[in-house]
Amino acid sequence: MPETLVQIEQKAPRGDWRDPHVEFRKGSICYSAAAKNLGALSLPNPRAWQPMDADWKLPPDWKRIVLDGMKERLKKYRSFRLFMDICVRCGACADKCHFYLGSADPKNMPVVRAELMRSIYRRYFTLTGRLFGSLAGGRELTEDVIKEWFYYFYQCTECRRCSVFCPYGIDTAEITMMGRELLNLIGCNTNWVLEPAANCFRTGNHLGIQPHGFKDSIDFAAEEASEITGLDIEVPINRKGAEVLFVMPSADYFGTPHYYTLLGYLMLFREIGLDYTVSAYASEGGNFGLFSSHEMMKRLNAKIYDEARRLRVKWILGGECGHMWRVLHQYMDTMNGPADFLEVPVSPITGTVFENARSTRAVHICEFTADLIHHGTLKLDPRRNDHWIATYHDSCNPARAMGLLEEPRTILKSVCRNFHEMPENTIREQTFCCGSGAGLGTDENLEMRLRGGFPRANAVKYVKEKHGVNLLTCICAIDKATLPTLLEYWVPGVEVAGVHELLGNALVMTGEKERVADLRGELFAPEAHSVGSASEASHA
Amino acid sequence: MNEIYALLVVLAIAAAGLAGGQMSFGRIALAEVIPYAAAILFLAGFCWRIMRWAWAPVPFHIPVTCGQQKSFRWIRAAKIDNPSTQWGVLARMAAEILLFRSLFRNSRAQIGGGRLILSESGALWLSALAFHWALLLILLRHLRLFLEPVPAFVNALERLDSFFQLGAPPLYLSDVVVIAALGYLLIRRFRDPAVRFISLFTDYFGLFLLLAISVTGVLMRYFTRIDVLNVKELALGLAAMRPQAPQGLGPIFFAHLLLVCALASYLPFSKLMHMGGIFLSPTRNLANNSRSRRHINPWNHPVKTHTYPEWEKEFREKLQSAGIPVEIAEGAGDAGNARTN
Repeated sequence: MPETLVQIEQKAPRGDWRDPHVEFRKGSICYSAAAKNLGALSLPNPRAWQPMDADWKLPPDWKRIVLDGMKERLKKYRSFRLFMDICVRCGACADKCHFYLGSADPKNMPVVRAELMRSIYRRYFTLTGRLFGSLAGGRELTEDVIKEWFYYFYQCTECRRCSVFCPYGIDTAEITMMGRELLNLIGCNTNWVLEPAANCFRTGNHLGIQPHGFKDSIDFAAEEASEITGLDIEVPINRKGAEVLFVMPSADYFGTPHYYTLLGYLMLFREIGLDYTVSAYASEGGNFGLFSSHEMMKRLNAKIYDEARRLRVKWILGGECGHMWRVLHQYMDTMNGPADFLEVPVSPITGTVFENARSTRAVHICEFTADLIHHGTLKLDPRRNDHWIATYHDSCNPARAMGLLEEPRTILKSVCRNFHEMPENTIREQTFCCGSGAGLGTDENLEMRLRGGFPRANAVKYVKEKHGVNLLTCICAIDKATLPTLLEYWVPGVEVAGVHELLGNALVMTGEKERVADLRGELFAPEAHSVGSASEASHA
Repeated sequence: MNEIYALLVVLAIAAAGLAGGQMSFGRIALAEVIPYAAAILFLAGFCWRIMRWAWAPVPFHIPVTCGQQKSFRWIRAAKIDNPSTQWGVLARMAAEILLFRSLFRNSRAQIGGGRLILSESGALWLSALAFHWALLLILLRHLRLFLEPVPAFVNALERLDSFFQLGAPPLYLSDVVVIAALGYLLIRRFRDPAVRFISLFTDYFGLFLLLAISVTGVLMRYFTRIDVLNVKELALGLAAMRPQAPQGLGPIFFAHLLLVCALASYLPFSKLMHMGGIFLSPTRNLANNSRSRRHINPWNHPVKTHTYPEWEKEFREKLQSAGIPVEIAEGAGDAGNARTN
């Protein structure tokens, strides 16, 4: 890709945002969802169409459907009604959005993204809007507005960074979610969201891998982990009566560099002798329902508790995934709980009771591992990661929907010796999105992804130049899938890894064979060679 | 054009007040009728709006967390920015409402030479905070007009506000601050291209209206030297439901009064309702405890799921040949009916 393709500039906004006209350019849109995927999920208006088409083949009464849908959601969600009403347009959110910074498109200012919806709300649902129309900030709902919604609500990664800065906590993710729900009602959805959702619904995971294929992938990883360590590592599938159901994003057993994180988990579980199982039915932690509708989120998420109940496990352990944890942390218990058939999670190794997961009974792998490290139960040799100079990207959802900030850092600082933070206003709750979340991570949308990811890449570049950082760690499957492309474009020479990949490198397992290479097969840094028999283990 | 319309409407209101104040019929309408209408609109509108929000349920637990969660004793949690208890939520809300915590984080992003530069930016926070506190102080000072005897705290606030003892009558700091802050917010709306781009009629109207109220107030106090006793007589009469406009109030007073009535009537139907809405914001007023306490969704609709029996039925042979345990006994009846939960 030529260096000049993506020019990042700052441009003063021009024109009037109330003009809904949008130019659909390749590179900055996601293609429409295939009719078969809508069919598989019993969604309305399956048909062949593309955003570039003049005629979107909307149902004849689309306007009524959208307005009725809005009315219903205004009644069901306080967030929606409130966020439609109280914005004062102070502009604090404007330059907090990675898509605005990267594209200089003024409709990517979070406030304007919300105004695209608010203007319709005012026109049809408020007294002043009905009386005064555009003077009161109202707009007519036209087909062009639908197209504009499609463009901009699929140009928001629901990362919630703007909400951190909003004096009223207005959350653009809520508005984008409503926008997408309304678009779904008239069949305007993207394939990158609905195909994984349809696959997940049917087979259990985004990739549509059937149970035998799932087993092959898992077995392959277990064999590789066995080979690396010289130990016998097996992964139980659909085993009843295990203590823990382990749920991970499907990318972990299908994608790279996710795969190395999976090896890390498997080695950890083997070393501590965890009594666990994975499930082929609930073989997906991720939930693309979050990117389409609350209803779809619930439909896909239901499998996890159902499977935990069927397998009679005591609690659920969840792998590294951002939006999966948004759902597990903020939605699962409400939607598909109560989890009264499970027990309050207790670490079988340290005896720690995970009080913060007392009700959902779902623990984040970083919480689990950080607790192990804190108690000194793991033998770690951080020198095995000396070939990495790492930084950590707070994935949006764990940061802004949970506050899972120090647990991954605790692990990182115990498993590697070269760790440098990116600038303060680009990490933790102020972290910049990868630019590809919320179902935007498809190649046809690459230009917009590179634009949206620019602020994140820029912060990586800063620590690369300052500290020689060559590894960006993260705990999100979408990050791992899309950050490599982003960094290759903006900051060549920086790799992407999960936290548990580095743990897997550093973990000194009982009876392991001498290890000379990391999970990627890259040789350890010279002075770390003799680590196979390292006697000095590093504990937190 | 929005800004011009907004200015014209505010000027028209002020002019109506000025003109009405010079006619006996106008004085009666402005001092004895309109204030009641405005008060009714304000109270009813405000309650209605709050109720509209309050009636809508909060189906999901969606706080935006701005710091470390409470997990282990050995990791220090951000008790206020990521509260896990109701006390923490109280502190977070207090910080939002009294100190504009989130706005305090504001930064400015600039792109130059292919780099993104983030810098501190406190002006919006400072001017917004100064404006709101000054406005509150001014409102509380106005209690002097409605209460007899004047409460001690009102006198104390006045002494504090006129601390510098400049001029006669002494200059209230809050008057200076409110006009300066409104002026800054207005200039920012004009000069910052992004903010100008997003500004609607209502954004300018609110600022012009507040400025006009402040300016007419200042004119009365420092320049036309209105007799406060007359104002108090009217205010007490209004409060006692026996309104009687005394002589000698002057046209500027009526302009001030009409502008205030316009603000009160307009507020419930405008973005100025943020003063009530902030208390209900679900990203701020919920504790981050959704994994330790179940949040209930009052309309938790059943949905169609793909159940395990359906799944096993479809993949049974593949499961068996892969050696994955199956659940349903051989030859069992059709287990594939969709279950809703």
